[in-house]
Amino acid sequence: MTKNLRVKIGKTIDETYRISFKFNGSTYYGFKGDTLASALLANNIHLVGRSFKYHRPRGIMTAGSEEPNAIVQLHDNSSRTEPNVRATEIEIYEDLEASSQNCWPSVNFDVGGINNILSPLLPAGFYYKTFMWPASFWEKYEYFIRRSAGLGKSPTKPDPDIYEHEYIHCDVLIIGAGISGIIAAKIAAKKGLKTLLVDEKPNLGGSTIYQNSDHFKINNQNSGSWLEKEINEIKKLKNLEIRTRTSVAAYHGYNFLLARENLTDHLPIDQRKDKTRHKLLKIRANKVITATGSIERPMIFDNNDRPGILLSSAIKKYADYFGVACGEKNILFTNNDSAYETAISLIQKGINIEAIIDNREEINSKLIYEVEKSNIKVFKGFTIVNTNGYKRINKVSLMKLSKDGQKVIGSKINLSCDCLGISGGWTPAVHLFTQSGGKLKFREKDQVFIPNKYSSDQISIGSCNGDLTLEDIIKNTPKYLREFLNLKKTDYDNTEVFSSENQSKRNIWLLPSDKILGKTKSFVDYQNDATAKDIKLALREGFRSIEHVKRYTTTGMGTDQGKLGNMHALGIISETAGAKMGELGTTTFRPPYTPLTFGTIVGRNVGEYFDAFRKTPIHDWHVDNKADFENVGQWKRAWYYPKDNEDMNQAVQRESKAARESAGILDASTLGKIDIQGTDASEFLNRVYTNAWSKLAIGKCRYGLMLNEDGMVYDDGVTTRLGENHYIMTTTTGGAANVMGKLEDYLQTEWPELDVYLTSVTDHYATVSVCGPNSKKIISKVIPNLDLTDENFPHMSFKNVNIGKINCRVMRISFTGEHSYEINVQANYGKSVWEKCMQAGKDYNITPYGTEAMHLLRAEKGFIIVGQDTDATMTPIDLQMNWIVSKKKYDFIGKRSLYRSDTSREDRKQLVGLLTDNPDEVLEEGAQIVANVNKSPIEMLGHVTSSYYSPNLKKSIALGVVKGGKNMMGQKLIIPMEKKNINVTVSDPVFLDKENKRLNA
Amino acid sequence: MKNKYSIFSLIKNAFSYHENWQKAWKDPLPKKEYDVIIIGGGGHGLATAYYLAKKHNTKNIAVVEKGWIGGGNTGRNTTIIRSNYLWDASAGLYDHALKLWEGLSQEINYNVMFSQRGVMNLAHNLQDVRDLKRRTHANRLNGIDAVYLSTKEVKKFCPIINTSPDIRYPVLGGTLQRRAGTARHDAVAWGYARAADEMGVDIIQNCEVKNIKRKGDVVEGIETTKGFIKTNKIGVAAAGHSSVLANMAGLKLPLESKPLQALVSEPIKPIIDTVVMSNAVHAYVSQSDKGELVIGAGTDDYVSYSQKGSHDIVEGTLNAILELYPIFSRMKMLRQWGGIVDICPDASPIISKTSIKGLYFNCGWGTGGFKATPGSGDLFAHTIANDEPHKLNAAFNINRFVSGDLVDEHGAAAVAH
Amino acid sequence: MFIIKCPFCGEREQSEFKAGGEAHIIRPKQPTELSDDQWAEYLFMRKNIKGIQFERWNHVHGCRKWFNVVRDTSNDEIKAVYKMGEKPPVQ
Repeated sequence: MTKNLRVKIGKTIDETYRISFKFNGSTYYGFKGDTLASALLANNIHLVGRSFKYHRPRGIMTAGSEEPNAIVQLHDNSSRTEPNVRATEIEIYEDLEASSQNCWPSVNFDVGGINNILSPLLPAGFYYKTFMWPASFWEKYEYFIRRSAGLGKSPTKPDPDIYEHEYIHCDVLIIGAGISGIIAAKIAAKKGLKTLLVDEKPNLGGSTIYQNSDHFKINNQNSGSWLEKEINEIKKLKNLEIRTRTSVAAYHGYNFLLARENLTDHLPIDQRKDKTRHKLLKIRANKVITATGSIERPMIFDNNDRPGILLSSAIKKYADYFGVACGEKNILFTNNDSAYETAISLIQKGINIEAIIDNREEINSKLIYEVEKSNIKVFKGFTIVNTNGYKRINKVSLMKLSKDGQKVIGSKINLSCDCLGISGGWTPAVHLFTQSGGKLKFREKDQVFIPNKYSSDQISIGSCNGDLTLEDIIKNTPKYLREFLNLKKTDYDNTEVFSSENQSKRNIWLLPSDKILGKTKSFVDYQNDATAKDIKLALREGFRSIEHVKRYTTTGMGTDQGKLGNMHALGIISETAGAKMGELGTTTFRPPYTPLTFGTIVGRNVGEYFDAFRKTPIHDWHVDNKADFENVGQWKRAWYYPKDNEDMNQAVQRESKAARESAGILDASTLGKIDIQGTDASEFLNRVYTNAWSKLAIGKCRYGLMLNEDGMVYDDGVTTRLGENHYIMTTTTGGAANVMGKLEDYLQTEWPELDVYLTSVTDHYATVSVCGPNSKKIISKVIPNLDLTDENFPHMSFKNVNIGKINCRVMRISFTGEHSYEINVQANYGKSVWEKCMQAGKDYNITPYGTEAMHLLRAEKGFIIVGQDTDATMTPIDLQMNWIVSKKKYDFIGKRSLYRSDTSREDRKQLVGLLTDNPDEVLEEGAQIVANVNKSPIEMLGHVTSSYYSPNLKKSIALGVVKGGKNMMGQKLIIPMEKKNINVTVSDPVFLDKENKRLNA
Repeated sequence: MKNKYSIFSLIKNAFSYHENWQKAWKDPLPKKEYDVIIIGGGGHGLATAYYLAKKHNTKNIAVVEKGWIGGGNTGRNTTIIRSNYLWDASAGLYDHALKLWEGLSQEINYNVMFSQRGVMNLAHNLQDVRDLKRRTHANRLNGIDAVYLSTKEVKKFCPIINTSPDIRYPVLGGTLQRRAGTARHDAVAWGYARAADEMGVDIIQNCEVKNIKRKGDVVEGIETTKGFIKTNKIGVAAAGHSSVLANMAGLKLPLESKPLQALVSEPIKPIIDTVVMSNAVHAYVSQSDKGELVIGAGTDDYVSYSQKGSHDIVEGTLNAILELYPIFSRMKMLRQWGGIVDICPDASPIISKTSIKGLYFNCGWGTGGFKATPGSGDLFAHTIANDEPHKLNAAFNINRFVSGDLVDEHGAAAVAH
Repeated sequence: MFIIKCPFCGEREQSEFKAGGEAHIIRPKQPTELSDDQWAEYLFMRKNIKGIQFERWNHVHGCRKWFNVVRDTSNDEIKAVYKMGEKPPVQ
C-alpha cells in the first residue's frame, strides 16, 4: 500500500544512510536527516493522529515547531516513552518507535470519532451548560470526559536519562539562525563581541537555505547559495559560538533567557547511555537579537483540517529540503505570492500541480507568470468552500468570491486532489519578544502585529520584526544592527538584492461559504477543535475580551499554543465585534515557547541532589553503629540506635533509661552556633533576648528565649560569655540560619550604632554532649587535667581546655536535667573526641542516644522544644516562663506585643503537663484536648504537643497547651480520640526532679 | 428570564445551530448611582454581588472590573478546594464555602465542575506528622471529614507517589479530605456573573477605579475611567490590588502583594485522580479534566504587581515534583504564568468593615482564596448588607492586627493553598 | 529574575539576595509609649505600593549586607540602590 514519494534527494538527506523505524507497529524506511514527518510523508502517510475533542483524523500540517496535529507518542511502554512529540521536530533514528495518540483502538478506526457525529451538541462551552443533573452525577460524567480528553500517555517508569544546567553569559545572544540571524552573528562577532547563536533546527540557514530559484538573488547569486557561503564564513569566527537543536523557551526580564539544547534525542537509543539528554541553558545576555522568523498562516474555510492539507511553505520545505512530494495531485490555495514559490519549486522537481486557487482578482506578479507558463490553471478571485475525504483529502470545492470578499457567488467547481497547500500570508513570531515584556503594534497594510517598544536591551530583526520579504531583510537588517551595536558600517551595507515577489495580499480572516456558518466546521485551532462558529458563539454569549473567547473556546490553549490560529481568532473577533485589531490586543504568549521537559528544568537536582543534606562530623560513626536518621531542616540527625532486633520504641526506652541511670552521649553538633563579639555585645543580647545579660560573668552560661517582634517565641538556646566582649550563642538546629539572618537585620538596620560582629560558626565545631550520673567520671578520664569540682566548674559555666593538643570548649549545661557536659571541638576532631568519650565511658555503659530519646528526656524535665511545643502563637507567658521575661528591661524584641489587649489575656493557651489516668496509655501528639465531649460542637481547649512513655518514671507523660491551663492544675480533661475518650489530669510540666538535684549529682 | 442551561436546551439550540443563545451577561454602561458597588470582578466580587441580590434583597448593585471578569487570580489559580483548616474560625469559614460548593452548579445553573476527588496533604518530617495529626483531630471535632493516612495508605490512594523510604524527604504519612477537590475556575466567575446579571446586577468591565471619594469618614462614590459613580456602600474584592484601593481611601492594610506562579503540563490521559499537596517540599499537583497536570509553585519574597515571578521558584517546584513523582521527568511544561497574591501576616483573610463608614474590604486571601469563593461572597454580602459581620467571619476583622488575636494558619504550618 | 547591583559587591543574580520588605519603617524608640494601634501600624501595616517602592534587600548569599533598593513594583525595574542610612538617590 505504501508508495515511495521521494522525488529527488533533498538538501540535507543522506540517501546512503537508510534508517528503519516503526509507526503504529509497522516498519518503514527513511534516510538520515529526515524528520519523522518527512519520512512518513515519503511513505505516503498523512494520517497521524486524532483531534482533541471531535477525534477527527488529522495529518501533518507544518514542517516545524508550530505543528498542531501530527503529535505522537514515542516508545510507548518503555522507560523512554514520551507523549505529545511533534512528528515535524523529531529526527528519525534506527529503531525509532512512534504511535498515534488519542485514538482507540487505532488511528484508522477510532471509537471516539462518534464525537464528530455528536458535534452539534458539543459547541464551545457545552460542558458549562449541562452534566448538572442529577446533582451528584458530575463525577460520573467527569470520569468519561477525562478519559476521552488528554492526548498521549504519561510515562509510568522513572526516566533513565540525565539532564544538566549550563550558565552562559554573553555580550550578544542571537535567537534564530535564518538569514537575518546569520547576518547579525557575523556583524556582532566581527565586532569582537562574545556572541552566541542558537537555532532550534539541526542545521543553520532557516528557510532561505533551501531557496534555489532565480527569482530571489543576493549579490547576483541565488539566495540559498549566497547564505551557504556566509554560514561557512561565520563558522570560522572566533567570538561566535553556535548551538543548534537549541530552542529558546523563555525570555524573562533583565535579558535572562532559558534555552533547551537537545543533545541525544536524534540518536539511536543504544547510543544515549550515560550521555546528557538535554541541557537547560540559563543565559544572561547584555544584548539580545531576536531573529525568530515568521510562521505561515493557514486559511479558515469549511473542513480545512483534513489529512493532506498542509501549509504551502511546508510542502515546499518537504520537497526542497527532504526531497519528498506530499502528494501526486497537489492544489495550492493562497491569498499572496508565497504559494507560487512553492509551485515553482514543485515544478522544478516534476511534482504535479493540479491547480492554484488565489483569492486575489488581479495580480501583476512575475512568479505567477512563471507558474502559468507551465500550463497550471490559476483560479483568480476564488475561494475554497469545502473539502472532501475522511482520512485523506480527495476533493476541493471552490466558488468565486464577491468583490467585497464577504460572499461567494456563481456555481461550485469541484477539483480532485490528494494534497492541498494553504497559504494565508505570514505571522511574525513575536512570542519571545512579548514574553520579555515588549509591546506590539498592529500593521494594517498586511495585518500583522510587530514589535514596537522593547523592555530591555534587545532588538528584533528579519521577518519576526515584520520584514517579510527578502528585500526588506537585506535592506533593513544591517541598518538596524548598526544602530543597535553602535557601528559605523557593516559588511552588508551595500548588498544587492533582487526579488520577483509581489507583496499584495487579500486577507480574509474567515472565508465566506455557501453554507450558513452553523453548518460548517472551519477550524481556527486545529488541535483543540475550536472553529470559527465557536468563536462567534462566544461573542454572541457576551464573551468579548480576547482572553474570554480564548478560554471559552479553548482557542490557542493546545500544545502548540495557537501558533497557527491565534491571529485568525483575533481577526474573526475584530470583524464580528467591530473592534480594531490593534485595540483588541493579543492574548498573552506564555512561556515556554515550545513545551519544555520537566527533567530539563530540574537538571541534576534529582534524587540525593534534590536538596543537599548536611551531616555532622560524627555522622559516619552513627552510620557504622546502625543509627536511624531523622531529617531536621537540612540536617540528618541520629534518631535512635536500634540494637539487635529492637524496634524504635524499645531502643528509645533503653537509651533514655541509660542516660539517667549511668551515662548517655548525644551528637549535638547541629545546634546553631553564632560567635558574637564587640564592645556592645552584652547590650545586643539584652535587646534580642527576653532576659538580662549585662551581669552574666565571664565563663558563665545562660539560657535565653528570643521572640519575634509580634511577641511570639522564635528560638531558644544557651549563650556563654567567653570574654568581656565575646559570646557564643547556640540556637535550635532548624532555626540557626533564620536567627542569624534576623540578628544581622536588627544589627545592620535598626542598631547600626552597636559595635557588634556576628559570625556563624555552626559548621566549625562538633558538639559532644555527655550526660548522666557517671558523666563526671567519664569526662575526668577524657580531660584529666580539668578540675570538675562544682566549685571550679559549676553548672552553667564554661572552661577552655585541651584534650591532648586539641583545644576545646567545655560547657556544663544540660538539656536532660542530668549532670552533663558539652564538649565543643573543632569539627575535624569531632569524631575522635566522640570515640574517646565512648572509650572512657565503656565501663559505665555509656549509651549513644538519638534525638528521640533526647526529646523524651527533656520532656521529663518539662523543657520545651521551640517548634514542637510552640507554634508561633505562644508567648513566653503562655509557656509559663514568666521568670525569663525581664520586667526591668525597657525594651527587647517583641516586648511591646506582649501587652496588646489579646496577647495579655489570661485565658490564652498555656503550657501544662498532662498525666493519663491509665499510666500505660501514651497520648498521640497532636491530639486535641477538651473539657466536655457532650456539648456540640465540642470546644477544643488545646492540644498535646509532646508525649512519651517515661521509662524513668514508669508512666506516660505529656506536655500540652490548654486554654487557661495554668489555673487548671489537678483538673480532669479529656482527649477525644476517634474511637475512645482518654481521661487526663492537668499537672505541672516538670515531671522529674523538680528540685534539680540531679544536675549536681 | 434567562433560558435555563440543560441538556434539553443544548439539544434545542443545536437545531438552530446555536444561533439563539442569550448573552451570559450584559455589558451595561454604569448608572449614576448604586446602592452597593463591588470593586473587583473576580470570583469573590461576583459571588458577593450575587448573594447581596439573592439573599439580602439589595436591588441596585454594580460590579466594576478594571479588565475582564475572572481575569485575575480567579483565572490563574490551581483550583484546589478544601476545608481542612486547623483553627475553628478558619474551619468554619472554609467549610461554609465547601458546603456551598457542593450545590453551586445547581444553584447558579452553571456547571462549575466541582469535583470531589479528595485532597491529600503529605508529611515529610516528624513535625509535619505532628502538625497533620493535630489538624486531623481538630477537623474531626469540627465536623470536617479528614483522616490521617499511613505511608502505605498514601500509596494506595495515589499509587504514582514515590513512597520509598530512601528518598531525600520520604513520605511519612498524610491526611485526606475526601469532600475536597477542584473546580473549573473560569466557570465560577462566569457562572456567578450570569446568575448575578439575571438578578439585575450591572457587571461593568474595562472600568478602572481611579479614586474612592469620601466625605469625612463616609464614602460617597468612586471615580472611574467611565466617570463618577455615586454610592454609599463599597465592597472591595480586588485581591492583589487591595492595597492600591485602600491607599485611595487613605487606609493602610496589613498586606503584601507578591508573585505566585503556576504551570501546566501538556495534556495526557488520566494518571492522577486526586489532589496531592506537600508543603514541606513544596509540590502541589492535580490533573485537570483536559488532562493537564496542574502544578502550583510558591511565592517570591518581594512585592510585585508585574504578574511575573522568578524562574528559581518554578525550578524549585519541579524539583519537588520529580522527587515525589519521578515518572513525570519526561512530561513537558506547556504554560507557566504568574498572579499577584495579597498576603496577611497570619495567612488568614480579612472580611471586614473599616474605619470608614460604607467601605468594606475582602482581601488577604494569599495563595488560597479560590476555595473560599462562595463562602467569601456570602459572608461579605452579609457584612455589607448588615454593616456587621456574620459570626463566621467575625474573627477575620481588621482589628485583629491591633489586638493580636490573629488566626495564625502560618504558625500552625498549614500553608493556606 | 533581576540583576541587583549590591552597593558592596556589584551586579549579582537575584537568587543571591533575599527581599526584606518596605524600607524606612523605623522601629519605634519607645515602644511602651505607643498605643496598640500605633504599634500595629509599625508591626503589620504596609504601603504595599504599586509603582516606585523603597525596599530592603539582603545580599544573603554574598556579603550579607542589608541595603536599600528603589524598584518599580509594576514592572520590577530597579531604579537605584543605596546603602542603609543613606538618603534615597531618587524621590
